[in-house]
Amino acid sequence: MDQPVTMPQLGESVTEGTIARWLKAEGDEVALDEALAEVDTDKVNAELPSPVAGRIEKLLVSEGTTVGVGTEIALVALPSEEGHAGPAPPRENPSADAPTEEFPAAGTEAQPVASGAADRNGHANGGTRANGHTLESAERLRLTRSSPVVRRLAGEYGLDLSEVEGTGAGGRVTKKDIEGHIARIEAARTATPEAPPATERATAAEREAAWERVTVYGGDRVVGLTGIRRTIANRMSRSKREAPHAWTMVEADVTGLVALRESLKGEFAGREGLKLTYLPFVVGAVAEGLKEHPILNSVWDGDRIVLRRRINVGIAVDREDGLVVPVLHDADELNTLGLARRIDHVVRRAREGRLSPDDVSGGTFTVNNPGALGSVVSVPIINYPQVAILSVEAIIKRPVIIDDAIAIRSVMNLEVSFDHRVTDGGAVLRFLNGVKRRLEGLGPDDAGGGLR
Amino acid sequence: MATKSLLQAIGEGLAEEMRADDTVMVLGEDVGRAGGVFRVTQGLQDEFGGGRVMDTPLAESLIVGAAIGLSANGMRPVAEIQFGDFITPAFDQIVNEAARFYYRSNGAWNCPITIRVPYGAVHGGGLYHSQSIEAWFCNTPGLKVVAPTYPADAKGMLKSAIRDPNPVLFLEHKRTYRLLKEDVPDEDYEVPIGAARVHREGGDITVVSYGFMLHTVLEIAGRISKEHGVEAEVVEPRTLYPLDRETILGSAKKTGKFLVVVEANLTGSVSGEIAAVVAREAFEWLDAPVMRLGAPDVPAAPFAKPMMDSFVPDAAKIEGAMLELARY
Repeated sequence: MDQPVTMPQLGESVTEGTIARWLKAEGDEVALDEALAEVDTDKVNAELPSPVAGRIEKLLVSEGTTVGVGTEIALVALPSEEGHAGPAPPRENPSADAPTEEFPAAGTEAQPVASGAADRNGHANGGTRANGHTLESAERLRLTRSSPVVRRLAGEYGLDLSEVEGTGAGGRVTKKDIEGHIARIEAARTATPEAPPATERATAAEREAAWERVTVYGGDRVVGLTGIRRTIANRMSRSKREAPHAWTMVEADVTGLVALRESLKGEFAGREGLKLTYLPFVVGAVAEGLKEHPILNSVWDGDRIVLRRRINVGIAVDREDGLVVPVLHDADELNTLGLARRIDHVVRRAREGRLSPDDVSGGTFTVNNPGALGSVVSVPIINYPQVAILSVEAIIKRPVIIDDAIAIRSVMNLEVSFDHRVTDGGAVLRFLNGVKRRLEGLGPDDAGGGLR
Repeated sequence: MATKSLLQAIGEGLAEEMRADDTVMVLGEDVGRAGGVFRVTQGLQDEFGGGRVMDTPLAESLIVGAAIGLSANGMRPVAEIQFGDFITPAFDQIVNEAARFYYRSNGAWNCPITIRVPYGAVHGGGLYHSQSIEAWFCNTPGLKVVAPTYPADAKGMLKSAIRDPNPVLFLEHKRTYRLLKEDVPDEDYEVPIGAARVHREGGDITVVSYGFMLHTVLEIAGRISKEHGVEAEVVEPRTLYPLDRETILGSAKKTGKFLVVVEANLTGSVSGEIAAVVAREAFEWLDAPVMRLGAPDVPAAPFAKPMMDSFVPDAAKIEGAMLELARY
């Protein structure tokens, strides 16, 4: 005898379902609770577990067809009948049949196939999970489904809760979180035009890291955040949170560059009135490298990558009250002399605190210069949403093997942190080796990019 | 203005009302010659005589029944039930007679009685000297149930209760009788029935409490402000029935995080009614589940000290609940 399988009621008030796809063909064996078909209803898309074990005799409904609850959709030949005529033998193991009685009938609820046995029992007895949606953990729900007041405020201000950083239990968005978020949006809206674009400020601020007060002990000093400290904190957190950082390093033998600078710096200082550093050489090499490898001069944009035409290199300037990154716009159009002048200009303005918004905006790549402070290795954080940042380390004299002889050379480490979503180590190293080659190619007899 | 304990403030309030109004009288077990087991009524019989400060038999039904009869004959009796645990023999008189007197007579007869009831768990009190009985009466229209915690409030509310034209159950937590002293005004004043008091303002969480628990809550609120930067708003209902919904809801809406701390057995306690009001009326302002803390559902109170300590919500439990709520 064939046992008919009917369309179950997949959720309260669901009256019909669509066979999206049969997962078994006629003639296939199907085990008890094995997925038989994918069923779509207006409330739930679920796999339909077979209520019986046996062989599929006939599929009565074609894929894409919508039928009412209770309609026979397939016929399954029960195994006991194969090769046996006459009545089915008595049930030897009633418990094996028991699950069929749990099979969703009118008034009960379907089980999404993904749920485990315990969940399944909960379903069968429950009735609390009335809509048949796949269940999410309370922890996950807290992130999007929040308390009444948070939902009300989100509704009033048209906010998507997933955009608000939650500091409550399990990352839940609390009333304070959403009130802070609203306040920041309002503040950004009323910000003066000289300030960075409102949207950028709001997004940076709204993604402040999860916050919980630390205990303050006697004698501790509590210092409020300055605007620049807060901006740095927001930007760095956001970069680390959003951009998967990868990092790589090469060693450059810059003995020639050192000699070149030595030969130029005295006269240069007299003529230009400023100190010749290594930075203009590096920025020049970077700008040329970016021209050859535009992927390092791009921006991640969610579902696409924007390759920037202009090469605007930011340089990190250390100041007592916090790091600033003035930008050398169109760095690729300047020779070494031009870069030296521009760098000196912006660094001076940065130290004097007189950078204009234009001076710090539009960067497409950043050069970090911890070597000036004696660093030999650093792992910089990308200046989000740029794709990469290059660190220039201190030049150190080291014994180096050249042609099986030990020589004393001036060596500098160059590192790049990059957004691994946008590009990979291979492309970054091709760029980095290009920079290295350019720097290593410089020598005391070089023209010096207008420096002479 | 002198500083007085809760016990002294209540005794003084009684004496002042008796001096001001000849119809005010006191009756109860040992209230006269002995001056009451807690000495609240000490000296009253000497001043006002045995007719107005009357020792009664050990029969609570009689105490309240007689008070009702006296009130119907123009008196304003203040009946004392020695311990809240012994109020049950008077339950019928309170609930079925006093509470309905005015209603049943279609407003023809008032029932201006006050029933003073020491309640709450004390160490060594055991089963018959420890219960929080307030919930039994907070389901009885016609009664007013008040439970002030601080001396000045208690004196002013006792006057309001005595002057009220209908029955008022006046609860006094035994453990707060001598717990602290505060300035109590000498002049005549009333603290209105039905008005809650905000003891401490704060924006992070609301804690509603009364009786001995209130003292613990306030102490912790000060501490977690310093140690954790959590600012708790602490609200004392003062009147348990009817509740000052406006003040309670105002605070709940302000903080969005609401906790009720009571000493009573949790299930069916007044905390449940307070929580229900907030859940219904402040739903759209809530940022966390409405929380309650109370004694477990076992008979109050264990005689053994360690069990008693565990029975009543202690500072650690209350602090834990307050911080959990703040961080939710």
